[in-house]
Amino acid sequence: MDWTDRGIVLSARSHGEAALLVVLLTEQHGRHAGLVRGGQGHKALYQPGNRVTATWRARLAEHLGNYSCELQESVAAPLLDDPLRLAALSSACAVAEAALPEREPHADIYAGMEALLAAFAGPFWAEAYVRWEIGVLAGLGFGLDLASCAATGSNDQLAYVSPRSGRAVSLAAGDAYRDRLLRLPGFLIGRARNDAGGGAEEVLQGLTLAGYFLERHVLGPQGQLMPAARTRFVDRFERSATISGRN
Amino acid sequence: MTSGMTPGAIDRLIGLLARLPGLGPRSARRAALHLLKKRDGLMLPLAETLAEAARQIKPCATCGNLDVADPCGICTDERRDRSVLCVVEDVADLWALERAAVFRGRYHVLGGTLSALDGVGPDDLNIAALVARARGGEVREIILALNATVDGQTTAHYVTDRLAGSGIAVSRLAHGVPVGGELDYLDDGTLAAALKARRSV
Repeated sequence: MDWTDRGIVLSARSHGEAALLVVLLTEQHGRHAGLVRGGQGHKALYQPGNRVTATWRARLAEHLGNYSCELQESVAAPLLDDPLRLAALSSACAVAEAALPEREPHADIYAGMEALLAAFAGPFWAEAYVRWEIGVLAGLGFGLDLASCAATGSNDQLAYVSPRSGRAVSLAAGDAYRDRLLRLPGFLIGRARNDAGGGAEEVLQGLTLAGYFLERHVLGPQGQLMPAARTRFVDRFERSATISGRN
Repeated sequence: MTSGMTPGAIDRLIGLLARLPGLGPRSARRAALHLLKKRDGLMLPLAETLAEAARQIKPCATCGNLDVADPCGICTDERRDRSVLCVVEDVADLWALERAAVFRGRYHVLGGTLSALDGVGPDDLNIAALVARARGGEVREIILALNATVDGQTTAHYVTDRLAGSGIAVSRLAHGVPVGGELDYLDDGTLAAALKARRSV
């Protein structure tokens, strides 16, 4: 059996002396691994984040199978000189690999990842990154309810998210419990500070928010820790925000 | 069967040879047979050399290179420029640069790159020793000769951060068109990097 699909490289590790074990996030087939014979001679193609057209072939559906890929867009190469964007790209690929179940189609998460890769060319990529992680949660069935306040039902001045229910809480209702609530960045509910961005402080709030629910609902139950690449990205973003005062 | 060599011993020899890079079970059988046929001329000298190498060769405590002496021959070579340090991922990369004979400074072998996939973190690499060498006072420039991959450049950025504030110039190898490379055959990423790093002639 075989299929052809669009995909994004999540990881590629050496297998033997010439082959690569490649994991793609594909549009119709979800996170899907496959062997690329002779792939070690074409490592540039299999850098995380690169967009490819992949053909997968195997005798039986449950086999690992073989990939043959054609590069559509080299996403990683232009980011190699940009430490923050590169860290975000590594983080997104690592989170997708850790969080998504194998061979389960998630076209919405794939579309979100394509949007994130496109956003790396613009100024509001960090906000796009947070939106993508919130989208991963939603795609896996753990979406946050940010439409109205869990306590009052109003949609005025939503400022927090309940770590227990994942629902938004308004400033008035949540103020007394603010130490126990997660901050809700304005750009996630269409209250962007400037154009489409929320500034570094809101991005960090968004990373904390998404990270909390990823660990609680997705990684924790599988006995997994937050991928090191994401931790390094958050650390780097925090340092960069402190140095540049990006707000 | 040759005297003193049981089939078990032959199987073990073939099994060990098959674990070498470039050799599979079939080629390992051929190599084993070749060694057995050239017992005095090749097999015994090879066995002695392997035992001697295993005893004597060790990683240099200063740079991580492999040598019989510690510090290694490169670290103790007085003709080399002590103010320039070239950071490489692996000893194989150091050997590649030495083969090219284009660098006359000293080296520092990291022992890998940061890799989320393989669980390699900063503490698993020889980075603390690099920072200590950089602060030693001799080094003025550090060249990051790491692979132009996501993992390689992530490591390069991490090392650059760790060296920030040391007053040492940090540079990296150029990315772009290889010698003999034809534009028509280059991937988009290499072309983009080459255009970005263009210089006036």
